[in-house]
Order: sequence, then structure tokens, then C-alpha cells
Amino acid sequence: MTSRPIADGVFTDAPVPRLLAGRCEACEVVTFPRQGGCPRCTRRSVVDHWLPPAGVLWSWTIQRFAPKAPYRGPAEFVPYGVGYVELPGECIVEGRLTTADPDELWIGRPMELTLVVNHVDGDGADVMTYAFAPSGTR
Amino acid sequence: MSVSIVGIGMHPFGRHGLTGKEQGVVAVSRALHDAGVTWDQVQFAFGGSDAAGNPDTMVSDLGLTGLSFVNVRNGCATGGSAITLGVQAILAGAGDIGVVVGYDKHPPGAFNARPSEYSLGDWYGESGLMLTTQFFAMKIQRYADHHGISASTLAKVAEKAFANGALNNNAWRRSPLTEQEILASPMVSDPLTKYMWCSPGEGAVALVICRDEVARRLTTKPIRIGAVRLRSRRFGSFEVFSPGLSAERGVSPSVDAARATFEAAGVGPEDMDLAQLQDTEAGAEVMHLAETGFCSDGDQERLVQDGETRIGGRLPVNTDGGCIANGEPIGASGLRQVYENVLQLRGDAGPRQVPGHPRAAFTHVYGAPGISACTVLTR
Repeated sequence: MTSRPIADGVFTDAPVPRLLAGRCEACEVVTFPRQGGCPRCTRRSVVDHWLPPAGVLWSWTIQRFAPKAPYRGPAEFVPYGVGYVELPGECIVEGRLTTADPDELWIGRPMELTLVVNHVDGDGADVMTYAFAPSGTR
Repeated sequence: MSVSIVGIGMHPFGRHGLTGKEQGVVAVSRALHDAGVTWDQVQFAFGGSDAAGNPDTMVSDLGLTGLSFVNVRNGCATGGSAITLGVQAILAGAGDIGVVVGYDKHPPGAFNARPSEYSLGDWYGESGLMLTTQFFAMKIQRYADHHGISASTLAKVAEKAFANGALNNNAWRRSPLTEQEILASPMVSDPLTKYMWCSPGEGAVALVICRDEVARRLTTKPIRIGAVRLRSRRFGSFEVFSPGLSAERGVSPSVDAARATFEAAGVGPEDMDLAQLQDTEAGAEVMHLAETGFCSDGDQERLVQDGETRIGGRLPVNTDGGCIANGEPIGASGLRQVYENVLQLRGDAGPRQVPGHPRAAFTHVYGAPGISACTVLTR
């Protein structure tokens, strides 16, 4: 079975899952996703910067109703968690969570980056996106 | 020189058979009638609609007089943007009498914005992150955790909205609900249940604005626009449709817009007798109370539990039922708030009239991708 990323230039899976951000060479601010200009100092000297794969949950919710297009999830809707994860000293990244159980989610919980299947394309390929999985216990 | 509102008109909010444009024409006609002016006296107009077509097409119904008509599309702050431009036009000498109008008509269910409209990759929508509801849920989730806002307080905000909506013939939701019914309704996006949310809907509002000198000839009850200010987000704010946030945190555009509006009007939050604050959902009203300067972070718990934001309380908030009871027709919402404050300051708000002859009132809208507009009105 083949798989492909949901978009180029957002994350890699080799050798381990990492997200691609941009770092301003002038003021050091890190921005995800990578973009051309720095939102803080307005300069355009932004370079590739791979984010660390672990952080803590900054906020979260559960998506409990099926989103309209352009959402491309499984044919039969399954609720999913969404959260922001703070990568210490870097930035705060929004992403899918691997759990939709509120009892497993609390602000400050350690989280780790992983890749999950978002949907299956017409040619049978798994289309992958990034997500955060809880680690550690309360 | 200052600018006054001399006419207000509304097409009821909710679900109707009319097109958005037809509702806009009803609102403009009612505002003109209220002001005692005719369409051919109007020198300019700013019209806002997000999803119901270009407002300048209304001239085919209202009259092809050749006036300057500019369409405005600025997310949930569209109405606030239209009035900002209208006031600036008068202050710049572009005309003495103008119309500001906003209408909309959205299909049922949550908004489904396209990522490309917000300069985001398609992956953001395809992976299920392109929902305004997620942002509002996560903002109040973190705020409630940090500042001790209870589920009961969120439910009481919605309960107040429906109670006020029940007193408003132009509102969409006019059935009161109890705090328990709101808490027991299905969870939509944690921590917000079904009845804590506003719904995309329909409606239209128009205002006739003019120079003060002209206003005094037209009416004995002009409502003065003390100030109106629009701000976009600065570095460090937390906004709708943000795949990433900076580690360095800052304030929202609502903080900046409110502060600038109060400063320009030469008054403060303590001088306001009532306020209309964007209540996309119950959490938004709670957070916007602090962002606009009416209380400190966390004080909302006591304010709401003590009933201080109800009609008759120390600071009545969203006296017409807000977005929760009126729904959210994007182009019209910001002007609905102004309409309500004009009614209240005139003393014409009927069963929901704020007691004590209010003299000053505040409005605040907030929209994607991080814009806010506020007004101070006085009589």
C-alpha cells in the first residue's frame, strides 16, 4: 500500500515525524507553517526550521459534528480531538489529536508528534497528516 | 465636527423567504423613513455582505441616483467596518448624509470557509481544522482553565441571551431556556454545548448618519457617534484559523480597538450604561467583557453569577439577545448592535429598555482572521 503526505512542505516522516516551520534570522521568531515574512519584525529573512516533536497541550476541544467540505475524513464521521501544543521556546502548533476522549486531555499534558491517515485517495493511497498523541499520565 | 445617527431600520433576523438584498432594501427603507429623509438625499453609502451578494445592487430597487456606493466585506467585523468608513467619509467632507447598511443570508450549519480565502493550504481544511467553532471552543477552554470560569457561568450567559431575545420582536430565538436545559444540551465543541452557540442566519440593518448640524435639523433625538475604531491583529494574538501561534503571547485586536475607541471618545468603560459585545458563543461574551476593559480577567464569574450583566444589572450586556438569540448574518451583526444601542439611548427599547435613562453605550464586533471594531454612542 502506498501513502503520501496531505501537503508538501508541512511535515516530514523521515527519519521521524517533524514539522517544518520558519525561523527569522533577524529576530529568531519561529512561525508555523513556514512562510516568507516574519510576522514580528516584518523582515523577509526566514529560513527552514524543523520543530521538536514533543510539547505540552496548550488548549483542546473535540470536533463532535461532521465538518462540511473541504474536510476529507472517513466516509462515516468519527469525532476527533483538536488542540494546540506548545513546543517550549519555539511556537504553539495546532493539530489533530489522536484521542477524542476528554478524560485523556488536559492543559499541560505532554504530547508527541505522530502521523495519521487523514483519508484514502481514489487510487487507494493513504493520505497522511500530522497529529499529536498524549504521552505521560496525570 | 462629529457624526450622528438619525435613522435606524431593520429587517428581522432569523430565516425568511426573502433574499439578502431584499432584506437590505427593507432595512434601508425603514431607516430612511425613521430619519425623515429620501433616498435621493443620500450622498454616499457603505454596504456589507459576506455571502449574499454585492450590496450596491440595492440601488436598482432604491433608486439609481448616482451616489457613491462602496461594498464592504471584512469577516464578522463587516458591519463595524461599514460604519467606520461611513463616519470617516463624513469627517472627510465626502457628504453630509450617508447610509450604512449590512445584510446576509447563510445556509444552515457551521460556516465552511475555504482555506485559500485565508491564505492557508488546502490541507488545513481537508484535515478538519477549518472551523471557527474549534477556535472559540479552544479559546474559552484555556481562558476558563486559567481564570476560573465555570460551566454554570457559560450557561447563564446563554440563558440571559434567550431571555433578552424573548423581549425582542426582531430576534430569531424568542423562547427562554433554563440554565439546566442549556447545560444538558448536546456538547458541540468542548466545553460549549449546543445552546451556548449562535447560528449563521439572516437579517439586515441600516443606519442613516449625518453631520451634527444636519442632524439637529432632522430630529430632536440624534444619537452621537462618540468614536468608532477598527483594528487588526498584532503579533502574539490568538485568532481564528491559526495553524500556529507565537510562543510570545500578546493581546487581541478587541483590546486594541476598544482602547482606541474609548480614548478617541474621551470616556472609559466605567462611563458606559450598557454594552453589546460579540457573543459568537457564551465564552466570547465572557472573554470580551475583559478584553474591552469592562472587568479584569476572572471577574466575569462573579459579574455573571450576580446578574450584573442582565437588564437592570450594573452593566447590561447584549440587551437584544446578542448573536446567540439573533443569529449571525455576518454583514448585519455589527450594525444590529448599533441599532440596539440607538433604541436604548432614545428610550425606545420597550420591554427590554435599560432603566435609568442610559446616556452612553458601547458596541464591539470581532471577526476572522483577527479584526475588531468598536463604537461609543451618546445622546
